Amino acid sequence: MLVTSVGKLRLERPGMVASGIMDETGPSMMRMLRSGAGAVVTKSIGTKPNPGHPNPVFTELKAGYINAMGLPNPGIELFGEEMAAAAKAGHIIGSIYGSSPEEFSKLAGKMEEYGAAAVELNLSCPHATGYGMELGTDPAVIRSIVSAVKSSVTIPVWTKLTPNTHMIKDLAVAVREGGGDAIVAINTVKAMVISPQFGKPILSNKFGGLSGPAIRSIGVRAVFDIRTAVDIPIVGVGGISDWKDAVQYLIAGACAFQVGSAVGTKGLGVFDTINLEL
Amino acid sequence: MSDTVRIIGVTEDSFDTKTFEFQWDERASPGQFIMVWMPGMEEIPMSLSKTDRIKSITVKNIGADTHKLHSLGIGDPIRIRGPYGKGFDIKKGARMLIVGGGVGIAAVIPVVKETGADTIIGAKTEKEIIMDDVAGKYSKNLWISTDDGSRGYMGNAVQLMREKAAEKEYDVVLACGPEVMLYHLYNACTELDIDCQFSLERHMKCGVGVCGSCMMDDVRICKDGPVLNREQISKLKDFGTSKMDECGRRVNLG
Repeated sequence: MLVTSVGKLRLERPGMVASGIMDETGPSMMRMLRSGAGAVVTKSIGTKPNPGHPNPVFTELKAGYINAMGLPNPGIELFGEEMAAAAKAGHIIGSIYGSSPEEFSKLAGKMEEYGAAAVELNLSCPHATGYGMELGTDPAVIRSIVSAVKSSVTIPVWTKLTPNTHMIKDLAVAVREGGGDAIVAINTVKAMVISPQFGKPILSNKFGGLSGPAIRSIGVRAVFDIRTAVDIPIVGVGGISDWKDAVQYLIAGACAFQVGSAVGTKGLGVFDTINLEL
Repeated sequence: MSDTVRIIGVTEDSFDTKTFEFQWDERASPGQFIMVWMPGMEEIPMSLSKTDRIKSITVKNIGADTHKLHSLGIGDPIRIRGPYGKGFDIKKGARMLIVGGGVGIAAVIPVVKETGADTIIGAKTEKEIIMDDVAGKYSKNLWISTDDGSRGYMGNAVQLMREKAAEKEYDVVLACGPEVMLYHLYNACTELDIDCQFSLERHMKCGVGVCGSCMMDDVRICKDGPVLNREQISKLKDFGTSKMDECGRRVNLG
């Protein structure tokens, strides 16, 4: 089996659970660790409880899923309960979202206190106003947030980038300049699905993020581009469901990878299968 | 997968409950559910109350979304996706007792039809009893309980189940209904050492086992359930005690 590390963080198993997947509660994260994941990235957690967007927030498409959950989460204070047992069971990467460097720093500090092995800055969610990719497509904003978080925690700081940009190399350079320890690429691709029968968008938020096999080639290209721009570790994510998909990301320049949608299409055994095949 | 289907039949089951039929060729088994949506409502999970080529959902009008569904007439379209989850595991030769509480009978009625097993329908009052005609036609024995005694046995479905289980041996109880009923039914099954399979419910978003919104402990109700057996239920601390709201906060059940 491939043993790898993302900077200082050593992973006995290279496949992690991507943020947003089976990671809102302690028991669900522990189940994913037992299912063979090398680490679990939490649902993105903000400063306050957030119900997310109303249903429909999700649907299956021919080659993937589209979702606009809208960052539902119980808020950083209550999330401590969920982290308590999970962080003892294995590597938990705390995904966080905020609207300013101060909010990100406060959230990262809490995650460190809760025992997170690293934080992952969500600067890439495509379906939440004022958060995610609305901040994460501006290199100057990325630099200031990464640098603020770096100065407030001692655990590694990862930044998840969006593919919804023509300048992903500039975003990657901004992460490095801010002192970021690693880049996670990619988040979902901004997309929309319309019901032809009703003549209306299906998601309540109208647009959402596309994931699954449909976006794998976009992710591999993004990782390849990022690798030409910076030399910090890259975690590849987007449409991985077997070892061949994972290897594409590793060859493009990633040192580890995350799996999301395939947890639904292949089942919880997907991590064991990929790890064994590698 | 997803489809947009047209309503081909509407049945008024009671003063507040209607069944909507549509043709959908996806294979589905009793106990599975679909996500239902049309513009102007939130998408909601619904158990299938018919699981052959002609399928149906049975809707109790309890809120804005079910109110919207009640406006549907013949020829109207709805968007559905699924069928999702694991349904009832019907073992040949097992002595089964089926229990439906309130509108919960809709989720088990396909099993009544398939097996002809003894059935209990429980409701608060006579006017909330639905599907007694179909259950009466297919089940070997049909017993009815109402809390106020306006029809059948006076008491709840669990009390009636205990009486019937004392008279006759059963291997397994299959049930759907309010969680408080299922909680007491589970305790009864444990005491009497009868296996059980219950259809459970939690707030659902994705329906396919990825988002983690409908967890009970480490079990995904949408994917590992919605039907769980006695052994699975025995490990759930959340059963009958707590659920998560849309934010993922834990809320105690009243």
